[in-house]
Amino acid sequence: MRAMTYRGPYKLRVEEKDRPRIEHPNDAIVRVQLAAICGSDLHLYHGMMPDTRIGHTFGHEFIGVVDEVGSSVQSLQVGDRVMVPFNIFCGSCWFCARGLYSNCHNVNANATAVGGIYGYSHTTGGYDGGQAEYVRVPFADVGPVKIPDWMHDEDAVLLTDAAATGYFGAQLGEIAEGDTVVVLGAGPVGLIAAQSAWLMGAGRVIVVDHLAERLEKARPMAHAETLDYDEHDDIVVELKRQTDHLGADVVIEAVGAEADGNCLMHVAGAKLKLQGGSPVALNWAIDGVRKGGTVAVVGAYGPVPNAVKFGDALNKGLTLRMNQTPVKRQWPRMFEHVRNGHLTPREMVTHRFPLEAIADAYHVFSAKLARCIKPLILPSAS
Amino acid sequence: MPDHDLPIAYVPDAPRMRETPEQLRARIPGWGVDLDPADRPSHPKLRYAPERTGAHWRFPERQPGAEGRERSIEHAFVTPVFGTAQPLHGVSGAVRRLAYRRFSEARLAHWLLLMAGDRIDAWGSHVRSLASTHPDNPVTQTGVRAELSARGTARSGRSDRRHHLLDPVIVAGPWVAVAGAAVLGGRRLLRQLRSS
Repeated sequence: MRAMTYRGPYKLRVEEKDRPRIEHPNDAIVRVQLAAICGSDLHLYHGMMPDTRIGHTFGHEFIGVVDEVGSSVQSLQVGDRVMVPFNIFCGSCWFCARGLYSNCHNVNANATAVGGIYGYSHTTGGYDGGQAEYVRVPFADVGPVKIPDWMHDEDAVLLTDAAATGYFGAQLGEIAEGDTVVVLGAGPVGLIAAQSAWLMGAGRVIVVDHLAERLEKARPMAHAETLDYDEHDDIVVELKRQTDHLGADVVIEAVGAEADGNCLMHVAGAKLKLQGGSPVALNWAIDGVRKGGTVAVVGAYGPVPNAVKFGDALNKGLTLRMNQTPVKRQWPRMFEHVRNGHLTPREMVTHRFPLEAIADAYHVFSAKLARCIKPLILPSAS
Repeated sequence: MPDHDLPIAYVPDAPRMRETPEQLRARIPGWGVDLDPADRPSHPKLRYAPERTGAHWRFPERQPGAEGRERSIEHAFVTPVFGTAQPLHGVSGAVRRLAYRRFSEARLAHWLLLMAGDRIDAWGSHVRSLASTHPDNPVTQTGVRAELSARGTARSGRSDRRHHLLDPVIVAGPWVAVAGAAVLGGRRLLRQLRSS
Protein backbone atom coordinates (compact mmCIF):
# COMPACT_ATOMS: atom_id res chain seq x y z
CA MET A 1 0.00 0.00 0.00
CA ARG A 2 1.03 3.65 -0.34
CA ALA A 3 1.72 5.49 2.90
CA MET A 4 3.27 8.71 4.11
CA THR A 5 6.54 7.98 5.91
CA TYR A 6 8.65 10.24 8.12
CA ARG A 7 12.25 10.73 6.99
CA GLY A 8 13.49 13.12 9.70
CA PRO A 9 12.60 16.67 10.77
CA TYR A 10 10.86 18.58 7.94
CA LYS A 11 11.19 15.61 5.58
CA LEU A 12 8.74 12.94 4.54
CA ARG A 13 7.81 10.93 1.48
CA VAL A 14 5.25 8.46 0.21
CA GLU A 15 6.46 4.86 0.17
CA GLU A 16 5.20 1.38 -0.56
CA LYS A 17 4.59 -0.37 2.78
CA ASP A 18 3.06 -3.68 3.77
CA ARG A 19 -0.70 -3.50 4.26
CA PRO A 20 -1.37 -3.70 8.02
CA ARG A 21 -2.65 -7.04 9.32
CA ILE A 22 -4.90 -8.16 12.14
CA GLU A 23 -2.66 -8.46 15.21
CA HIS A 24 -5.32 -8.83 17.91
CA PRO A 25 -8.77 -10.46 17.77
CA ASN A 26 -10.49 -7.08 18.24
CA ASP A 27 -8.54 -5.33 15.48
CA ALA A 28 -10.03 -4.04 12.25
CA ILE A 29 -8.23 -2.96 9.11
CA VAL A 30 -9.73 0.21 7.65
CA ARG A 31 -9.26 1.38 4.06
CA VAL A 32 -8.79 5.13 4.46
CA GLN A 33 -11.10 7.32 2.38
CA LEU A 34 -10.21 10.71 3.80
CA ALA A 35 -7.57 11.90 6.23
CA ALA A 36 -6.43 15.25 7.56
CA ILE A 37 -3.23 16.85 8.75
CA CYS A 38 -3.63 18.11 12.29
CA GLY A 39 -1.72 21.06 13.72
CA SER A 40 -0.22 18.61 16.19
CA ASP A 41 1.15 16.53 13.29
CA LEU A 42 3.42 19.50 12.66
CA HIS A 43 5.08 18.88 16.04
CA LEU A 44 6.09 15.45 14.74
CA TYR A 45 7.05 16.85 11.35
CA HIS A 46 9.30 19.41 13.05
CA GLY A 47 11.01 16.73 15.13
CA MET A 48 9.63 17.90 18.47
CA MET A 49 8.11 14.66 19.77
CA PRO A 50 10.54 12.20 21.35
CA ASP A 51 10.72 8.71 19.81
CA THR A 52 9.42 9.62 16.38
CA ARG A 53 11.00 6.87 14.30
CA ILE A 54 12.08 6.98 10.67
CA GLY A 55 9.44 5.23 8.59
CA HIS A 56 6.57 6.18 10.90
CA THR A 57 3.27 6.97 9.20
CA PHE A 58 1.48 9.95 10.74
CA GLY A 59 -2.24 10.66 10.77
CA HIS A 60 -4.76 10.52 13.59
CA GLU A 61 -7.69 12.14 11.78
CA PHE A 62 -9.21 9.74 9.26
CA ILE A 63 -12.36 8.00 8.11
CA GLY A 64 -12.72 4.95 5.90
CA VAL A 65 -14.28 1.61 5.09
CA VAL A 66 -13.81 -1.53 7.18
CA ASP A 67 -11.75 -3.91 5.04
CA GLU A 68 -11.16 -6.75 7.51
CA VAL A 69 -12.15 -7.56 11.09
CA GLY A 70 -10.62 -9.73 13.80
CA SER A 71 -12.32 -12.81 15.22
CA SER A 72 -13.83 -11.09 18.30
CA VAL A 73 -15.23 -7.99 16.58
CA GLN A 74 -19.02 -7.81 17.08
CA SER A 75 -20.12 -4.29 16.18
CA LEU A 76 -18.55 -3.78 12.74
CA GLN A 77 -18.65 -5.64 9.45
CA VAL A 78 -16.58 -5.46 6.31
CA GLY A 79 -17.91 -2.60 4.20
CA ASP A 80 -19.05 -0.39 7.08
CA ARG A 81 -18.03 3.26 6.69
CA VAL A 82 -16.51 4.41 9.95
CA MET A 83 -15.07 7.46 11.65
CA VAL A 84 -12.28 6.65 14.07
CA PRO A 85 -11.48 8.76 17.17
CA PHE A 86 -7.83 9.75 17.37
CA ASN A 87 -7.64 8.01 20.74
CA ILE A 88 -6.87 4.29 20.78
CA PHE A 89 -8.61 2.94 23.89
CA CYS A 90 -9.64 -0.39 25.38
CA GLY A 91 -12.92 0.60 27.03
CA SER A 92 -12.21 -1.48 30.13
CA CYS A 93 -9.23 -0.13 32.11
CA TRP A 94 -9.72 1.99 35.24
CA PHE A 95 -9.57 5.18 33.17
CA CYS A 96 -11.78 4.10 30.26
CA ALA A 97 -14.39 2.79 32.70
CA ARG A 98 -14.62 6.35 34.04
CA GLY A 99 -14.85 8.08 30.66
CA LEU A 100 -11.20 9.13 30.36
CA TYR A 101 -10.78 7.46 26.97
CA SER A 102 -7.77 9.59 26.09
CA ASN A 103 -5.96 8.28 29.16
CA CYS A 104 -6.35 4.55 28.46
CA HIS A 105 -3.80 2.42 30.32
CA ASN A 106 -3.97 -0.68 28.13
CA VAL A 107 -2.76 0.55 24.75
CA ASN A 108 0.49 2.47 25.17
CA ALA A 109 3.38 0.36 26.41
CA ASN A 110 5.84 3.20 25.83
CA ALA A 111 4.40 5.70 28.31
CA THR A 112 1.91 5.95 31.15
CA ALA A 113 1.48 9.73 30.96
CA VAL A 114 -0.30 9.64 27.62
CA GLY A 115 -2.75 7.21 26.04
CA GLY A 116 -2.62 5.66 22.59
CA ILE A 117 -2.84 7.84 19.47
CA TYR A 118 -2.70 6.78 15.82
CA GLY A 119 0.42 7.84 13.98
CA TYR A 120 1.80 10.00 16.74
CA SER A 121 5.25 8.54 17.51
CA HIS A 122 6.16 5.69 19.83
CA THR A 123 5.64 7.98 22.80
CA THR A 124 1.93 7.43 22.17
CA GLY A 125 2.21 3.70 21.50
CA GLY A 126 3.94 3.12 18.17
CA TYR A 127 0.88 2.72 15.95
CA ASP A 128 1.12 3.75 12.31
CA GLY A 129 -1.49 6.34 11.36
CA GLY A 130 -4.08 7.05 8.73
CA GLN A 131 -2.21 9.13 6.16
CA ALA A 132 -2.04 5.92 4.16
CA GLU A 133 -4.28 3.65 2.15
CA TYR A 134 -4.90 1.28 5.06
CA VAL A 135 -4.61 1.50 8.84
CA ARG A 136 -4.85 -0.96 11.71
CA VAL A 137 -7.60 0.03 14.16
CA PRO A 138 -7.30 -1.70 17.55
CA PHE A 139 -10.41 -2.27 19.70
CA ALA A 140 -12.81 -2.04 16.79
CA ASP A 141 -15.77 -2.64 19.13
CA VAL A 142 -14.80 0.38 21.24
CA GLY A 143 -13.45 3.26 19.14
CA PRO A 144 -14.94 3.51 15.64
CA VAL A 145 -18.51 4.57 14.90
CA LYS A 146 -20.46 4.09 11.67
CA ILE A 147 -20.77 7.43 9.88
CA PRO A 148 -24.40 8.60 9.91
CA ASP A 149 -25.92 8.80 6.42
CA TRP A 150 -26.62 12.51 6.74
CA MET A 151 -23.10 13.46 7.77
CA HIS A 152 -20.68 15.03 5.25
CA ASP A 153 -17.35 13.19 5.01
CA GLU A 154 -15.41 16.36 5.72
CA ASP A 155 -17.40 16.96 8.92
CA ALA A 156 -16.84 13.33 9.89
CA VAL A 157 -13.06 13.48 9.49
CA LEU A 158 -12.84 16.73 11.46
CA LEU A 159 -14.93 15.27 14.26
CA THR A 160 -12.23 12.63 14.84
CA ASP A 161 -10.04 15.25 16.51
CA ALA A 162 -9.94 18.97 15.67
CA ALA A 163 -13.64 19.72 16.10
CA ALA A 164 -14.04 17.42 19.10
CA THR A 165 -11.01 19.03 20.73
CA GLY A 166 -12.38 22.54 20.24
CA TYR A 167 -15.71 21.55 21.78
CA PHE A 168 -13.93 19.78 24.64
CA GLY A 169 -11.79 22.87 25.26
CA ALA A 170 -14.88 24.99 25.77
CA GLN A 171 -16.20 22.42 28.25
CA LEU A 172 -12.92 22.45 30.15
CA GLY A 173 -13.40 26.19 30.54
CA GLU A 174 -16.55 25.58 32.64
CA ILE A 175 -18.16 28.55 30.91
CA ALA A 176 -21.06 30.18 32.74
CA GLU A 177 -23.75 32.42 31.22
CA GLY A 178 -22.37 35.80 30.28
CA ASP A 179 -18.69 34.88 30.63
CA THR A 180 -16.06 36.62 28.57
CA VAL A 181 -14.13 33.86 26.80
CA VAL A 182 -10.78 34.43 25.11
CA VAL A 183 -9.62 31.80 22.63
CA LEU A 184 -5.89 31.83 21.90
CA GLY A 185 -5.33 30.51 18.39
CA ALA A 186 -7.65 30.74 15.38
CA GLY A 187 -6.69 27.39 13.91
CA PRO A 188 -9.23 24.60 13.47
CA VAL A 189 -9.36 23.79 17.20
CA GLY A 190 -9.65 27.43 18.22
CA LEU A 191 -12.38 28.17 15.68
CA ILE A 192 -14.56 25.34 16.96
CA ALA A 193 -13.76 26.27 20.57
CA ALA A 194 -15.04 29.79 19.81
CA GLN A 195 -18.23 28.43 18.23
CA SER A 196 -18.69 26.09 21.21
CA ALA A 197 -18.22 28.85 23.78
CA TRP A 198 -21.44 30.46 22.53
CA LEU A 199 -23.33 27.15 22.89
CA MET A 200 -22.31 27.15 26.56
CA GLY A 201 -23.64 30.65 27.13
CA ALA A 202 -20.64 32.95 26.68
CA GLY A 203 -21.50 36.63 26.66
CA ARG A 204 -18.46 37.62 24.66
CA VAL A 205 -15.92 35.62 22.61
CA ILE A 206 -12.56 37.10 21.62
CA VAL A 207 -10.18 35.16 19.34
CA VAL A 208 -6.47 36.02 19.31
CA ASP A 209 -4.02 35.13 16.53
CA HIS A 210 -1.68 36.91 14.14
CA LEU A 211 -2.61 35.26 10.85
CA ALA A 212 -5.02 37.51 8.98
CA GLU A 213 -6.84 34.72 7.12
CA ARG A 214 -7.61 32.89 10.33
CA LEU A 215 -8.90 35.98 12.09
CA GLU A 216 -10.98 36.75 8.99
CA LYS A 217 -12.44 33.23 9.28
CA ALA A 218 -13.15 33.62 13.01
CA ARG A 219 -15.38 36.65 12.55
CA PRO A 220 -18.11 35.14 10.35
CA MET A 221 -17.70 31.48 11.32
CA ALA A 222 -17.47 31.91 15.09
CA HIS A 223 -19.18 35.32 15.39
CA ALA A 224 -16.16 36.37 17.42
CA GLU A 225 -14.33 39.60 18.07
CA THR A 226 -10.72 39.24 16.98
CA LEU A 227 -7.37 40.60 18.11
CA ASP A 228 -4.19 40.44 16.04
CA TYR A 229 -1.40 40.26 18.60
CA ASP A 230 1.07 41.68 16.09
CA GLU A 231 -0.88 44.93 16.26
CA HIS A 232 -0.42 45.28 20.01
CA ASP A 233 2.76 45.92 21.91
CA ASP A 234 1.59 43.58 24.69
CA ILE A 235 -1.43 41.39 24.06
CA VAL A 236 -1.96 40.75 27.78
CA VAL A 237 -2.36 44.48 28.43
CA GLU A 238 -4.79 44.66 25.52
CA LEU A 239 -6.82 41.77 26.96
CA LYS A 240 -6.98 43.63 30.29
CA ARG A 241 -8.06 46.78 28.50
CA GLN A 242 -10.73 44.88 26.59
CA THR A 243 -12.14 43.41 29.81
CA ASP A 244 -12.24 46.55 31.95
CA HIS A 245 -8.97 45.48 33.62
CA LEU A 246 -10.59 42.34 35.01
CA GLY A 247 -9.16 39.77 32.60
CA ALA A 248 -11.19 37.14 30.81
CA ASP A 249 -13.34 34.78 32.85
CA VAL A 250 -12.09 31.87 30.74
CA VAL A 251 -9.11 31.50 28.42
CA ILE A 252 -8.96 28.53 26.06
CA GLU A 253 -5.40 27.81 24.93
CA ALA A 254 -5.71 26.26 21.46
CA VAL A 255 -2.19 26.84 20.19
CA GLY A 256 0.23 24.44 21.84
CA ALA A 257 3.89 23.72 21.39
CA GLU A 258 4.75 25.97 18.45
CA ALA A 259 3.34 29.22 19.76
CA ASP A 260 4.86 32.37 18.36
CA GLY A 261 4.77 35.82 19.92
CA ASN A 262 8.01 35.67 21.90
CA CYS A 263 11.15 35.03 19.86
CA LEU A 264 13.27 33.68 22.71
CA MET A 265 10.62 31.21 23.88
CA HIS A 266 9.75 30.16 20.36
CA VAL A 267 13.36 29.46 19.38
CA ALA A 268 14.13 27.67 22.67
CA GLY A 269 10.98 25.59 22.64
CA ALA A 270 10.00 25.01 19.04
CA LYS A 271 13.28 25.25 17.16
CA LEU A 272 16.05 24.17 19.55
CA LYS A 273 13.77 21.74 21.45
CA LEU A 274 15.13 22.90 24.80
CA GLN A 275 11.57 22.78 26.16
CA GLY A 276 8.56 20.58 25.45
CA GLY A 277 7.42 23.35 23.11
CA SER A 278 7.07 27.11 23.20
CA PRO A 279 5.00 28.12 26.27
CA VAL A 280 4.06 31.58 24.96
CA ALA A 281 0.34 30.95 24.56
CA LEU A 282 0.13 29.12 27.86
CA ASN A 283 1.74 32.06 29.66
CA TRP A 284 -0.51 34.55 27.87
CA ALA A 285 -3.48 32.47 29.03
CA ILE A 286 -2.29 32.57 32.64
CA ASP A 287 -1.65 36.30 32.49
CA GLY A 288 -4.74 37.18 30.45
CA VAL A 289 -7.37 35.40 32.52
CA ARG A 290 -8.88 37.13 35.56
CA LYS A 291 -7.99 36.15 39.11
CA GLY A 292 -10.05 33.14 40.09
CA GLY A 293 -10.69 32.38 36.41
CA THR A 294 -10.19 29.22 34.40
CA VAL A 295 -7.56 28.33 31.83
CA ALA A 296 -8.49 25.44 29.55
CA VAL A 297 -5.55 23.92 27.69
CA VAL A 298 -6.11 21.82 24.58
CA GLY A 299 -2.97 22.86 22.70
CA ALA A 300 -0.55 19.93 22.53
CA TYR A 301 2.84 19.93 24.27
CA GLY A 302 5.68 17.44 24.44
CA PRO A 303 6.79 15.63 27.59
CA VAL A 304 9.94 17.72 28.19
CA PRO A 305 9.54 20.47 30.86
CA ASN A 306 8.32 23.95 29.89
CA ALA A 307 8.99 27.41 31.32
CA VAL A 308 5.43 27.98 32.51
CA LYS A 309 4.57 30.88 34.84
CA PHE A 310 3.21 28.69 37.55
CA GLY A 311 3.71 31.33 40.24
CA ASP A 312 1.25 33.64 38.50
CA ALA A 313 -1.23 30.78 38.21
CA LEU A 314 -0.95 30.14 41.94
CA ASN A 315 -1.07 33.78 42.98
CA LYS A 316 -4.14 34.42 40.80
CA GLY A 317 -6.02 31.43 42.19
CA LEU A 318 -6.57 29.97 38.75
CA THR A 319 -8.22 26.74 37.81
CA LEU A 320 -6.14 24.99 35.15
CA ARG A 321 -7.97 22.27 33.25
CA MET A 322 -6.55 20.19 30.41
CA ASN A 323 -6.47 16.80 28.75
CA GLN A 324 -6.26 15.13 25.42
CA THR A 325 -9.86 14.95 24.23
CA PRO A 326 -11.85 11.80 24.97
CA VAL A 327 -13.35 12.10 21.49
CA LYS A 328 -16.07 9.46 21.54
CA ARG A 329 -17.56 10.93 24.70
CA GLN A 330 -18.21 14.17 22.77
CA TRP A 331 -19.78 12.62 19.71
CA PRO A 332 -23.49 12.08 20.45
CA ARG A 333 -23.99 15.75 21.40
CA MET A 334 -21.64 17.01 18.71
CA PHE A 335 -23.52 15.06 16.06
CA GLU A 336 -26.64 17.03 17.08
CA HIS A 337 -24.75 20.31 16.91
CA VAL A 338 -23.35 19.56 13.45
CA ARG A 339 -26.73 18.42 12.16
CA ASN A 340 -28.39 21.56 13.53
CA GLY A 341 -25.71 23.79 12.05
CA HIS A 342 -24.50 25.02 15.43
CA LEU A 343 -21.02 23.70 14.71
CA THR A 344 -19.68 23.84 11.16
CA PRO A 345 -16.34 21.98 11.00
CA ARG A 346 -16.03 21.62 7.23
CA GLU A 347 -16.19 25.38 6.86
CA MET A 348 -12.52 25.36 7.94
CA VAL A 349 -11.23 23.14 5.13
CA THR A 350 -9.08 25.14 2.74
CA HIS A 351 -6.96 22.53 0.93
CA ARG A 352 -7.34 18.98 -0.41
CA PHE A 353 -4.19 17.09 -1.45
CA PRO A 354 -3.72 13.65 -2.95
CA LEU A 355 -1.62 11.37 -0.75
CA GLU A 356 1.20 11.45 -3.30
CA ALA A 357 1.56 15.22 -2.72
CA ILE A 358 1.64 14.98 1.06
CA ALA A 359 5.15 16.46 1.37
CA ASP A 360 3.83 19.60 -0.31
CA ALA A 361 0.77 19.52 1.94
CA TYR A 362 2.88 19.49 5.10
CA HIS A 363 5.03 22.33 3.84
CA VAL A 364 2.01 24.43 2.87
CA PHE A 365 0.39 23.84 6.27
CA SER A 366 3.60 24.33 8.23
CA ALA A 367 4.72 27.49 6.42
CA LYS A 368 1.16 28.87 6.32
CA LEU A 369 1.20 29.21 2.55
CA ALA A 370 -1.84 30.01 0.45
CA ARG A 371 -4.04 30.94 3.43
CA CYS A 372 -4.06 27.34 4.59
CA ILE A 373 -6.22 26.63 7.63
CA LYS A 374 -7.04 22.93 7.33
CA PRO A 375 -5.63 20.52 4.71
CA LEU A 376 -7.23 17.17 3.90
CA ILE A 377 -5.51 14.15 2.35
CA LEU A 378 -7.10 11.84 -0.20
CA PRO A 379 -5.42 8.42 -0.38
CA SER A 380 -5.25 7.15 -3.94
CA ALA A 381 -7.08 3.91 -3.14
CA SER A 382 -10.20 5.93 -2.32
CA MET B 1 -11.16 59.63 37.44
CA PRO B 2 -14.78 59.94 38.64
CA ASP B 3 -16.11 56.97 40.58
CA HIS B 4 -18.63 55.97 37.91
CA ASP B 5 -15.80 55.67 35.34
CA LEU B 6 -13.68 53.31 37.41
CA PRO B 7 -12.85 50.05 35.63
CA ILE B 8 -14.96 47.16 36.89
CA ALA B 9 -11.96 45.38 38.40
CA TYR B 10 -11.64 48.06 41.07
CA VAL B 11 -15.26 48.07 42.26
CA PRO B 12 -17.59 45.34 43.54
CA ASP B 13 -20.18 45.48 40.74
CA ALA B 14 -20.75 42.45 38.54
CA PRO B 15 -19.72 42.96 34.91
CA ARG B 16 -22.69 43.73 32.69
CA MET B 17 -23.35 41.61 29.61
CA ARG B 18 -23.02 43.66 26.45
CA GLU B 19 -26.00 41.83 24.96
CA THR B 20 -28.95 40.15 26.63
CA PRO B 21 -29.44 36.38 26.30
CA GLU B 22 -32.32 37.10 23.93
CA GLN B 23 -30.12 39.22 21.69
CA LEU B 24 -27.39 36.58 21.72
CA ARG B 25 -29.87 33.81 20.96
CA ALA B 26 -31.12 35.78 17.98
CA ARG B 27 -27.62 36.47 16.66
CA ILE B 28 -25.69 33.24 17.39
CA PRO B 29 -26.95 29.86 16.10
CA GLY B 30 -27.42 27.57 19.10
CA TRP B 31 -26.48 30.13 21.75
CA GLY B 32 -26.94 28.58 25.19
CA VAL B 33 -28.03 25.09 24.10
CA ASP B 34 -25.29 23.66 26.34
CA LEU B 35 -25.85 26.19 29.11
CA ASP B 36 -26.37 23.61 31.88
CA PRO B 37 -22.88 22.44 32.95
CA ALA B 38 -24.29 19.16 34.28
CA ASP B 39 -25.64 18.33 30.83
CA ARG B 40 -22.35 18.71 28.97
CA PRO B 41 -20.75 15.52 27.57
CA SER B 42 -17.60 15.73 29.69
CA HIS B 43 -19.42 16.27 32.97
CA PRO B 44 -18.61 14.84 35.44
CA LYS B 45 -14.94 14.32 34.69
CA LEU B 46 -15.02 10.84 36.17
CA ARG B 47 -18.21 9.09 35.10
CA TYR B 48 -18.19 5.37 35.95
CA ALA B 49 -19.98 3.74 33.04
CA PRO B 50 -18.01 0.75 31.71
CA GLU B 51 -21.15 -0.63 30.06
CA ARG B 52 -21.17 2.29 27.61
CA THR B 53 -17.78 1.66 26.02
CA GLY B 54 -18.47 -1.40 23.86
CA ALA B 55 -15.82 -3.48 25.63
CA HIS B 56 -16.92 -7.10 26.16
CA TRP B 57 -14.00 -8.06 28.38
CA ARG B 58 -12.76 -7.15 31.84
CA PHE B 59 -9.17 -7.27 30.63
CA PRO B 60 -8.39 -7.51 26.90
CA GLU B 61 -6.91 -10.62 25.38
CA ARG B 62 -3.14 -10.17 25.10
CA GLN B 63 -1.69 -9.40 21.67
CA PRO B 64 1.10 -11.87 20.77
CA GLY B 65 4.68 -10.62 20.42
CA ALA B 66 5.17 -8.67 23.64
CA GLU B 67 8.42 -10.47 24.51
CA GLY B 68 11.33 -8.07 24.28
CA ARG B 69 9.21 -5.08 23.31
CA GLU B 70 10.29 -1.86 24.99
CA ARG B 71 8.01 -0.45 27.67
CA SER B 72 7.93 2.36 30.18
CA ILE B 73 9.19 1.06 33.52
CA GLU B 74 6.21 2.83 35.07
CA HIS B 75 4.03 0.12 33.51
CA ALA B 76 3.59 -3.22 35.28
CA PHE B 77 3.95 -5.06 31.96
CA VAL B 78 3.76 -4.54 28.22
CA THR B 79 0.18 -3.42 27.64
CA PRO B 80 -2.19 -6.08 26.25
CA VAL B 81 -2.38 -4.20 22.95
CA PHE B 82 0.57 -2.30 21.53
CA GLY B 83 1.89 -0.78 18.33
CA THR B 84 4.22 -2.85 16.17
CA ALA B 85 5.37 -0.16 13.75
CA GLN B 86 9.13 0.45 13.37
CA PRO B 87 10.61 -1.92 15.97
CA LEU B 88 13.90 -0.89 17.60
CA HIS B 89 17.01 -1.52 15.54
CA GLY B 90 20.67 -0.54 15.29
CA VAL B 91 22.43 2.16 17.29
CA SER B 92 19.31 4.32 17.60
CA GLY B 93 17.46 1.27 18.91
CA ALA B 94 20.13 0.67 21.56
CA VAL B 95 19.92 4.31 22.72
CA ARG B 96 16.13 4.19 22.86
CA ARG B 97 16.17 0.83 24.68
CA LEU B 98 18.51 2.33 27.28
CA ALA B 99 16.05 5.21 27.77
CA TYR B 100 13.17 2.79 28.35
CA ARG B 101 15.07 0.30 30.53
CA ARG B 102 16.94 2.73 32.75
CA PHE B 103 14.82 5.84 33.19
CA SER B 104 11.16 6.46 34.05
CA GLU B 105 9.07 9.09 32.27
CA ALA B 106 9.73 11.35 35.26
CA ARG B 107 13.42 11.62 34.37
CA LEU B 108 14.63 14.16 31.83
CA ALA B 109 17.31 11.67 30.77
CA HIS B 110 14.55 9.40 29.44
CA TRP B 111 13.34 12.02 27.00
CA LEU B 112 16.75 13.40 26.05
CA LEU B 113 17.96 9.89 25.18
CA LEU B 114 14.86 9.34 23.05
CA MET B 115 15.50 12.63 21.24
CA ALA B 116 19.13 11.57 20.71
CA GLY B 117 17.88 8.25 19.34
CA ASP B 118 15.64 10.16 16.92
CA ARG B 119 18.57 12.12 15.51
CA ILE B 120 20.77 9.02 15.21
CA ASP B 121 17.90 7.24 13.47
CA ALA B 122 17.44 10.14 11.03
CA TRP B 123 21.13 10.45 10.17
CA GLY B 124 21.57 6.69 9.83
CA SER B 125 18.59 6.35 7.54
CA HIS B 126 19.77 9.27 5.38
CA VAL B 127 23.16 7.63 4.96
CA ARG B 128 21.60 4.25 4.22
CA SER B 129 19.25 5.82 1.69
CA LEU B 130 22.22 7.18 -0.27
CA ALA B 131 23.34 3.61 -0.85
CA SER B 132 19.86 2.52 -1.94
CA THR B 133 17.86 2.80 -5.15
CA HIS B 134 15.57 5.29 -3.39
CA PRO B 135 17.85 7.97 -1.87
CA ASP B 136 16.46 10.82 0.17
CA ASN B 137 15.60 13.83 -1.96
CA PRO B 138 15.69 17.08 0.03
CA VAL B 139 13.65 18.90 -2.61
CA THR B 140 10.69 16.57 -2.91
CA GLN B 141 10.72 15.44 0.73
CA THR B 142 10.62 18.93 2.23
CA GLY B 143 7.77 20.05 0.02
CA VAL B 144 9.59 23.28 -0.82
CA ARG B 145 8.35 23.00 -4.39
CA ALA B 146 5.03 24.19 -3.02
CA GLU B 147 6.62 27.60 -2.50
CA LEU B 148 6.62 27.99 -6.28
CA SER B 149 3.54 26.02 -7.24
CA ALA B 150 -0.06 27.08 -7.40
CA ARG B 151 -0.48 25.86 -3.85
CA GLY B 152 2.23 28.14 -2.53
CA THR B 153 3.34 31.68 -2.81
CA ALA B 154 2.33 32.03 -6.42
CA ARG B 155 -1.31 32.05 -5.42
CA SER B 156 -1.61 34.07 -2.30
CA GLY B 157 1.68 34.20 -0.52
CA ARG B 158 3.21 33.22 2.76
CA SER B 159 1.12 34.73 5.49
CA ASP B 160 3.45 33.83 8.31
CA ARG B 161 6.95 35.20 7.90
CA ARG B 162 7.82 35.86 11.50
CA HIS B 163 9.19 32.58 12.75
CA HIS B 164 10.35 30.90 9.57
CA LEU B 165 13.78 32.47 9.33
CA LEU B 166 15.28 29.48 11.11
CA ASP B 167 13.46 26.80 9.14
CA PRO B 168 15.76 26.84 6.09
CA VAL B 169 18.75 26.59 8.41
CA ILE B 170 17.27 23.63 10.25
CA VAL B 171 16.22 21.85 7.06
CA ALA B 172 19.21 22.59 4.88
CA GLY B 173 21.81 22.80 7.63
CA PRO B 174 22.58 19.09 7.93
CA TRP B 175 22.83 18.72 4.15
CA VAL B 176 25.20 21.69 3.90
CA ALA B 177 27.24 20.26 6.77
CA VAL B 178 27.49 16.87 5.05
CA ALA B 179 28.44 18.51 1.75
CA GLY B 180 31.07 20.61 3.52
CA ALA B 181 32.49 17.58 5.29
CA ALA B 182 32.60 15.69 1.99
CA VAL B 183 34.48 18.54 0.28
CA LEU B 184 36.97 18.85 3.13
CA GLY B 185 37.43 15.07 3.28
CA GLY B 186 37.91 14.91 -0.47
CA ARG B 187 40.53 17.67 -0.39
CA ARG B 188 42.41 15.96 2.40
CA LEU B 189 42.31 12.66 0.51
CA LEU B 190 43.60 14.33 -2.66
CA ARG B 191 46.44 15.99 -0.73
CA GLN B 192 47.42 12.67 0.79
CA LEU B 193 47.33 10.95 -2.60
CA ARG B 194 49.49 13.69 -4.16
CA SER B 195 52.04 13.65 -1.36
CA SER B 196 52.38 9.85 -1.38
